[in-house]
Amino acid sequence: MIRNTLTICRRELGGYFATPLAYVFIVIFLVLAGVLTFFVGNFFERGQADLQPFFTFHPWLYLVMVPAVAMRLWAEERKTGTIELFLTLPIRLGEAVVGKFLAAWIFIGIALALTFPFWLTVLFLGKPDNGVILASYIGSWLMAGAILAIGAAVSAATKNQVIAFVVTASLVFVLIAAGTQTVTGIFEGWAPEALIHAVAAASLFGHFTAITRGVLDLRDLFYFISIMVAFLAANAVIVDLTKAA
Amino acid sequence: MLEIRNLHKNFGPLVAVDDVSFTVARGEVLGFLGPNGAGKSTTMKMITGFLAPDRGTAVICGHDIADAPLAAKRSFGYLPEGAPAYPDMTVADFLRFVARIRGLRGQDAVARIDHIVELVHLNEVYEQRIDTLSKGFRRRVGVAQALIHDPPVIILDEPTDGLDPNQKYEMRGILAGMQAEKAIIISTHLLEEVEAVCSRAIIIARGRILADGTPGELAARSRFHNAVRLEIDPANEQRIRADLAALPDIAAIETVNDGRALVVMPRDHQPITAGIAELAEGRHWHIGGFSVERGRLDDVFRAITEPPGEHQVIELAN
Repeated sequence: MIRNTLTICRRELGGYFATPLAYVFIVIFLVLAGVLTFFVGNFFERGQADLQPFFTFHPWLYLVMVPAVAMRLWAEERKTGTIELFLTLPIRLGEAVVGKFLAAWIFIGIALALTFPFWLTVLFLGKPDNGVILASYIGSWLMAGAILAIGAAVSAATKNQVIAFVVTASLVFVLIAAGTQTVTGIFEGWAPEALIHAVAAASLFGHFTAITRGVLDLRDLFYFISIMVAFLAANAVIVDLTKAA
Repeated sequence: MLEIRNLHKNFGPLVAVDDVSFTVARGEVLGFLGPNGAGKSTTMKMITGFLAPDRGTAVICGHDIADAPLAAKRSFGYLPEGAPAYPDMTVADFLRFVARIRGLRGQDAVARIDHIVELVHLNEVYEQRIDTLSKGFRRRVGVAQALIHDPPVIILDEPTDGLDPNQKYEMRGILAGMQAEKAIIISTHLLEEVEAVCSRAIIIARGRILADGTPGELAARSRFHNAVRLEIDPANEQRIRADLAALPDIAAIETVNDGRALVVMPRDHQPITAGIAELAEGRHWHIGGFSVERGRLDDVFRAITEPPGEHQVIELAN
């Protein structure tokens, strides 16, 4: 079980670095993260040695970057016809789904890890709370995984990568926006309290922000992990239903 | 080793595969023949578990593809339609990946890959990326991955498509070399391939099996089976035709090659060679050549697969 998953994961991960795609992605990811942190987040002007301005924008950074990684996962496999080769090898569907997901998640993890100069900067400028920073990195990676799982399931439903990208980005936008003041504000005043809480609780944004405050709450972890599990299961079902279409 | 039981598949209103059953034993090379869209690839996709049949199943080396998909999939090597392979990978990486998934490790994997690369002649492109390869090399990479674990059952969807005549000849040699140990199915629309490598042929059209037999048996269904071809001087055509008319078992006489040859068709595939030879001797015909037709697969193929009522054209070879 594990062995096949790892073999698939390794092949996929090798695939990212076989083309310029990986390097282009990582460069754009880092540049965007930098622009958001320094220009939009007013990193220096705040005068605080923490990475709050850096992490605040991660949901929006992932809104664009993660669907770009996810869109090719299955759509490309279907388009080139390799899915028929792949799924007639002696592997379980679950191994295929998890192996591919894991490779993409590790890849995003690499891009995320390469933002370590931000951490070095605050370390140089002051005395940041490294516990909060570590928790935020973990939370950020979990959020990326949740978005990726959604994108992987969408990618399985189409041969067209552009469609996969747009649909995933839209879904993720809704999931992020549900927790912002703008959306909860719409409900306030007329909707029952419970509904407002439910909408906010479904949002990636709220759970991520909670983690970036330095509290790795089990409920937040559970939220991200259950999104991943649910969408990977959906991914497997979709692949099974549509593989030959 | 391979048993196909009542496979059936609909795509919406279209019946793609209709109650297809057959078995393939060790030592057999089964040619799966049919016009485009006949259901060849769909049948192969169902045998290999890529597509779930509406009814029926396939049993590979005793493992039902529906009930024991992993064991069944371990027992065959499969070249899907169009020989798909990951374009970003090198041939070496791709074969290593498949070998690993197939459970080959360490020295075993290295030895098997070396052997297969040698067998299908991939040495010169071994370190090249697959998207830089010619169609012929890609096809061979596809065949290589299907053979890598030395499976007892080999299923190849158009293994020689895109190969040049020399490569086709080579590929047929490779298949013939493995035949004794394996049960092999190849799909093709090349009739010469069936005659060259297959011990048995199944003709399928509109999802149904229409004929099943050795290439010889199928050819015997041709109206040319036991026909006699005479190379003659055009000037003598009328005289020879008149003489032939006297023979009892002749159904028709056709003139081909601008009057320089006659094809004498027997009634009910009767052997007519002796009668014609005697006649030729007795009447002192001047004959440049004399040959007996075993039958033509393409003729049988067309007669069987063309929908009834449609215009049937049977060309004569010159």
